[in-house]
Amino acid sequence: MLKLQKGKAIIDQHDKHYLYGGKFGGNFVPETLKKPIEDLTQLFQKLRYDKKFIKERDYYFKTYVGSPTRFIKLYNLSLHLEGAQIYAKVVSDANGGAHKIYNAVVHALICKHAGKKYIIGDTGAGYAGKMLSMAAKKFGLKCKIFMGTKDMARQKVNCDAIRKNGAEIVPVDSGSKTLVDAVSECMRYWVSNCDTTHMCVGSTVGPNIFVKICAWSTAQISRELKVQLKEEFGEIPKKLKLINCVGGGSSAIGFWNEFMDYDKKQVEFIGVEAGGPKNSKLHAAPLTYNAKLGVLHGAAQYVLQDKDGQISETSSISAGLDYPGVSPLHCFLKDTKRARYTVATDEQALAAFKLVSQLENLRPSLEPSHAFAEAIKIAPKLSNDTVIVVDSCGDALKDKKIIEKRLGKLLWQH
Amino acid sequence: MAALISLAFLKAKLEKRPALVSYIVAGDNNKKLTLNILKSISQYIDILEVGIAHNTAVADGAQIQNSSYRALQGGIKVKDVFEIVKQFKKIKKSKPIILMGYYNQVLQYGENYFLQKCKNSGVDGIILVDLPFPENKSFADKCKKLSITFVQLIAPTTSTVRMKQIIKNSQDMIYYISMLSTTGGKLKVSAKSILNNYLKIKKIDPKKNIVIGFGITTKTIASLKKADGLVIGSLLCKSISQSLAKKRNPLIQLNKIVRTLRNKIQ
Repeated sequence: MLKLQKGKAIIDQHDKHYLYGGKFGGNFVPETLKKPIEDLTQLFQKLRYDKKFIKERDYYFKTYVGSPTRFIKLYNLSLHLEGAQIYAKVVSDANGGAHKIYNAVVHALICKHAGKKYIIGDTGAGYAGKMLSMAAKKFGLKCKIFMGTKDMARQKVNCDAIRKNGAEIVPVDSGSKTLVDAVSECMRYWVSNCDTTHMCVGSTVGPNIFVKICAWSTAQISRELKVQLKEEFGEIPKKLKLINCVGGGSSAIGFWNEFMDYDKKQVEFIGVEAGGPKNSKLHAAPLTYNAKLGVLHGAAQYVLQDKDGQISETSSISAGLDYPGVSPLHCFLKDTKRARYTVATDEQALAAFKLVSQLENLRPSLEPSHAFAEAIKIAPKLSNDTVIVVDSCGDALKDKKIIEKRLGKLLWQH
Repeated sequence: MAALISLAFLKAKLEKRPALVSYIVAGDNNKKLTLNILKSISQYIDILEVGIAHNTAVADGAQIQNSSYRALQGGIKVKDVFEIVKQFKKIKKSKPIILMGYYNQVLQYGENYFLQKCKNSGVDGIILVDLPFPENKSFADKCKKLSITFVQLIAPTTSTVRMKQIIKNSQDMIYYISMLSTTGGKLKVSAKSILNNYLKIKKIDPKKNIVIGFGITTKTIASLKKADGLVIGSLLCKSISQSLAKKRNPLIQLNKIVRTLRNKIQ
């Protein structure tokens, strides 16, 4: 069985081919991108240990992103479920309304340090795109966002925001017209323009360096949480469960990073993938349903695919989770058994949204609603000294149309 | 017996011209058409590249994406690609064929089984777009053991140090990507600077055959004829698209194009 190393950042636990556990990740890229990726790898390696750069990052996280985000107890939900104590890390407090801002800010800073003026990125739910456009505006960079036309239709709110920030949206009309095609198109654009343009990958996927930068950026979430847990309980609770939705997996890695070395009996990681519509065979859950190892967007990972290696279409009510692959880091966490992965269906996520937004002053987007569905499922079975923390990593404003259609308007006005 | 690919270069050299290398996607828009195209254009072409369509290709431009899309819509499977090669080789045994695809397709077949299928159907070479050096070392070794040419790629971004390593680890054919682009982009650098880079690579090991690809059209081909070989892909895929749109048999136009290309490099 694969093993995690203690005392070493998970992003650095790869071999010389950048493979985690000898099999996940790597750099399966066209020759043209080898050099730009090597350059970026060297630059990031330098910057991440540069005190001035860290200071810069922390400055913008504090003054621009709004760190730390709140850590709150969900009293009503806990009372209602009569079991574990349920808390939320309200990452959606962050500027822009989701965790994607951390990665976007770091990429914009790296882009500036690399002396490049153009930045490009992919987006599914539109968050990664919106945040990158915000960061680009903040740091004076020209920005293009690649987005599937299906996602553009269902996440119009974020599209409007992207354009308002002065970025151009490049509609991607190929394949399933979702995130997977947006990433492909963005990489193609980078192949052609890598001499002048910096690429940001919106999650912990893609060639190794992008997995690293993203996970390093979102780690801010667990740095804050560790302090907040100690403030609330005086120590890290003896029975702690950290529940996070997993699409590409960037928020989950960030939410768990600082707790990797704890015994899983004390700090359990639960990743919730998109189970898709109830009674449908479609989903976006490669880990839960034991998808085969394959190569997608430059990295080896568990990925939904057919026998011929064609990547499968996925289905989820949540655009942010609608991706056939998953971060190599999560594959590594699955095989080392450090994290466990499960699914929530579209319907379960909607029901969770309904319950949470009725009982609490919190409106999780459809992505973290998947995580809440799992919390709601397991909390009643757990002792009341168990602490569950859900990463509420996005705000539901962007999902207003979908939620109204499925649950009705009245609910929204709450 | 010398490899067919090497022989093709040798033959072109004797005729004092670059080898002409074609690329089409297998199954665009059906298996029979692909076989007919290969049979027909092979009278002007020295080496035939056959693409295995992939639905998350990261290095293909619009023209090849369209071809791949049609092929996948038509239901092409990897096993069909081997069948096409096998049928073709029954008629033209000595014309070399190179399969071009993405690594995941090989991985899902299993490297060894994929290579065995290549051997059985008569494949002469393999290009894997997203399996660069040094990640490709073990697979390239397996190819070599079976006398299948694993074609290494070199790009304008490849450093000199890296170039030397790649060339050292290459077999008799190397693919030089002319510019920073996906396939079929407009040639955005001058033929002179492409040839300069080409000569730089050539100097490292003059014995290797180096082909230039990306952005080559009937207009640009003559300016690059000093190369050992030239690859035409998107131009052919585009022509297939146009013929299909007009409900014409793509063979007629394709033949015209490859004949023109061949004339321009004589």
